[in-house]
Amino acid sequence: MTRLTRRYKFAASHRLHSGRFSEEENRELYGKCNNPHGHGHDYVLDVSVSGPVDAASGQVVNIQILDRLVAGQILRDFDHKYLNADVCEFGETIPTSENIIRVMENRLRAHWRHAFAGEWPRLEKIRLRETRRNAFELVS
Amino acid sequence: MLITRRAEFSSSHVCAQPSLSAEQNRELYGAASNPNGHGHNYVLEVTLEGEPDPVTGMVFDLKVLKEIVNKTVVEPMDHRFLNYEVPPFDRIVPTAENLAAEIWKRLEPHFAGDRARLHNVRLFETEDLYVDYAGDRT
Repeated sequence: MTRLTRRYKFAASHRLHSGRFSEEENRELYGKCNNPHGHGHDYVLDVSVSGPVDAASGQVVNIQILDRLVAGQILRDFDHKYLNADVCEFGETIPTSENIIRVMENRLRAHWRHAFAGEWPRLEKIRLRETRRNAFELVS
Repeated sequence: MLITRRAEFSSSHVCAQPSLSAEQNRELYGAASNPNGHGHNYVLEVTLEGEPDPVTGMVFDLKVLKEIVNKTVVEPMDHRFLNYEVPPFDRIVPTAENLAAEIWKRLEPHFAGDRARLHNVRLFETEDLYVDYAGDRT
């Protein structure tokens, strides 16, 4: 089994604030991330795909298709956007990196089999780096 | 315990299957199928697994590991056109996946029966693309 990891980058802003808590509680819970006008990050997204290497192509995954899938399902909606307002999943859900990574997995999974007709590789891991000091991983 | 040594080599390659048309190769490999090839600064991370020797305190002598990696991978591949100069890539497409498997094949015999065994090969083709290969086992 071989695992291929492709890195994508996007820039987005967000604000962490929950209607279930008071202003003070939000401030206590989310710190500076609760500042009312939001703030942004240069996110780094690593998508790991695994499977056998196709004997003819020498590939685990067609990278052109993977790039198109990530561009269409994620980057188009997330890059240079305010996540709270511009990405429909974050109407109620707070755009923490934990929630972002789950939304991304759902979006990729919903289109995975269609994109990779025939032999489809396994989506093994999504890693989202919010800053150089914060990273979040979702292992399937 | 895992120990990892990093090595770098620069090579050119072209990713295309002779049996496919130019359009089909372009669809499969993108710009990597451009017929005259292109190059990368490959970064290789070789990870060994084992317990430290109680006397030396080492899982494996990193100088020896460096020599093995240099002799089996870096010297034959550095500043070469993989498709023309480094078998088996005259016969199989030098994708990152195939390169990682070939590197594993070259390294693995050097760690048979020793305290340390080859645990993983990670090959960065660019900063934005890497492959992990850990042998045939799934």
